[in-house]
Amino acid sequence: MAPIISVRDVHRSYGRGPNRFEALKGVSFDVAEGESVAIVGKSGSGKSTLMHVLALLDAPTTGTVELEGVDTGTLRGARLNRTRNATFGFVFQQFFLTASSSVLENVVLPMTIAGVPRGERRRRGLAALEQLELADKAGSKAKDLSGGQKQRAVIARALVNDPRIIFADEPTGNLDSATGAVVEDILFSLNREHGITLIVVTHDDDLAARCDRRIVIRDGRIVDPEGEVAA
Amino acid sequence: MTTVDLLRSAVANTFRSKTRTVLTILAIFVGAFTLTLTSGLGTGINDYIDDTVSAVGSSDTMTVTTASDDAQGFGSADPGPAEYDPDTVAAGGFGAPGATVVALTPDDVTTLEGIDGVLAVQPTESIETDYVEGASGTKYVVSAGALVPGQHLTLTAGDQPADDGTELQVVIPTSYVEPLGFRDDAAAVGQSVTLAVTDATRTQHTVTATVVGVAEESIASPTGASVTPGTALATALFDAQNVGVPADQVDRYAQATVRFAADATDEQVTALKDRLTAAGYTGTTVADQLGTFTTVIDGIVLVLNAFAIIALLAASFGIVNTLLMSVQERTREIGLMKAMGMGSGRVFALFSLEAAFIGFLGSAIGAGVAMVAGSVVSSALAGSLLSNLPGLTLIAFDPVSIALIVVVVMVIAFVAGTLPAARAARADPVESLRYE
Repeated sequence: MAPIISVRDVHRSYGRGPNRFEALKGVSFDVAEGESVAIVGKSGSGKSTLMHVLALLDAPTTGTVELEGVDTGTLRGARLNRTRNATFGFVFQQFFLTASSSVLENVVLPMTIAGVPRGERRRRGLAALEQLELADKAGSKAKDLSGGQKQRAVIARALVNDPRIIFADEPTGNLDSATGAVVEDILFSLNREHGITLIVVTHDDDLAARCDRRIVIRDGRIVDPEGEVAA
Repeated sequence: MTTVDLLRSAVANTFRSKTRTVLTILAIFVGAFTLTLTSGLGTGINDYIDDTVSAVGSSDTMTVTTASDDAQGFGSADPGPAEYDPDTVAAGGFGAPGATVVALTPDDVTTLEGIDGVLAVQPTESIETDYVEGASGTKYVVSAGALVPGQHLTLTAGDQPADDGTELQVVIPTSYVEPLGFRDDAAAVGQSVTLAVTDATRTQHTVTATVVGVAEESIASPTGASVTPGTALATALFDAQNVGVPADQVDRYAQATVRFAADATDEQVTALKDRLTAAGYTGTTVADQLGTFTTVIDGIVLVLNAFAIIALLAASFGIVNTLLMSVQERTREIGLMKAMGMGSGRVFALFSLEAAFIGFLGSAIGAGVAMVAGSVVSSALAGSLLSNLPGLTLIAFDPVSIALIVVVVMVIAFVAGTLPAARAARADPVESLRYE
């Protein structure tokens, strides 16, 4: 299968002179469409930087990231924003829900940004909430949800725009193990049933083990490029 | 994000932190309220002056005096005593009390008639009345004013005094109606009053005239609180007053009224004034005289507006502060929106619109409350303190200037919002999402 993401010799450094800090020191790998990949590493290993580079939130200092064969270094401004909006969904550990807005408003945010008409936003937003069994909470304020409900709302927001890739940064980090397991199930079923590529950043070995492949980062380098194949 | 969604989000975000927003709106409210009231004050007073000038109906006349070295009008600061000139007479009209001018003679009148652009010349016969007496039998001090053809009084009852005919007609001011013994304004019309003048030999003459009208008093009324005789009565009083005056001294006038074409442009009026100056006379239109009032009022309003603008500037720092805190609080949200593909321009627009909306709320509420308060104050004053100036709406509102105030405040708010908005737009999504 053709790689959806192709990373070639990516370096990312911050600062200059004696304060120069190299977060990524030459990383290369491919992610196939429909694959689930875990990026694993200790904090400070560079795994978050790698996710930001993959999600086009950050640009590599040197090296290239190709998205569906397109060198993302050539994307600028509005085109870059559109690509990010249409291709990616984000699930963050800290949810990043707007507390005072309704769950539905939070979920349809990517479509609001894309300029999708109001009626369609509502229809698709409710469908996404239905899929995550949160339809009855559509009108509630985001702050009134439990942790698990919040993370499900975040997943609904991540998939509402029919993304090709979902980035999940410690998706279960703030949840108890039972709720975390439910959220994991949802993510993997999306991956299996809808063919959405899943890239999970985590230091949770159990979660990493459920992925098709794991990429282990240590000190800005991939240490075990083949990873382990999930059981 | 579509523009409608941007607007909707900006409005919704405004109310997210209610206390802070309300306080900022209050600060703007104070500025907008003051600005609306002061501009309303300017509008009200200037409208009144404009109305009065047009009521006088003298846009085609000017008062002509012999040019003199004496400074005319208010605040004349003479460096020393003026030299005596046997040809001076006390000036009537708008001169300061005691001001004198060199009298006009029949020769001057002929000269004036010959000046290009002058249609008619009417010398002002100054009449020094002693008293007026009505049905009550009490004598009241009064002065007599004179109308120039084309001028008319604002009447509460009756008619204008006739320009021709032999009937002795007079218009009395409304404040004299009751003291003179008449029931009300309408009842006074048709009644007789007696006017007295003293001649050069200190002999008092009385003339009885019929009241044909009752006039309203206003600051710019042609005659003020004085009786206005018709032409026949004026001549009778003038003749009585000049008994015993040497024949060659009778025709001395403090001033004359010159009529020019009603459709003359400002340039033509100025040219006429220049020709009068060249001939040795000074011409002043009513608009010139009132122009001083208008300038003073505009000056006062300007100073008051300056205070209001200072209040608004202080309020705009409030907006900067409110939005900076808002940007700080919503760092993650901004980061998330940028991560989801929201452009920097849209983020900037979102916060700028929020600032403009706060400005709109403050100014709309401020202007609205100011209009209500102004109307109440102005109608309360019109019935009490300012009842001597009928027709004056102290605080009047002009929709254009209200709209202008709201727009100006919104622009100030928008400008204040650009600093926080630029900070939000510059935010790096990665940094913002890491922010704890």
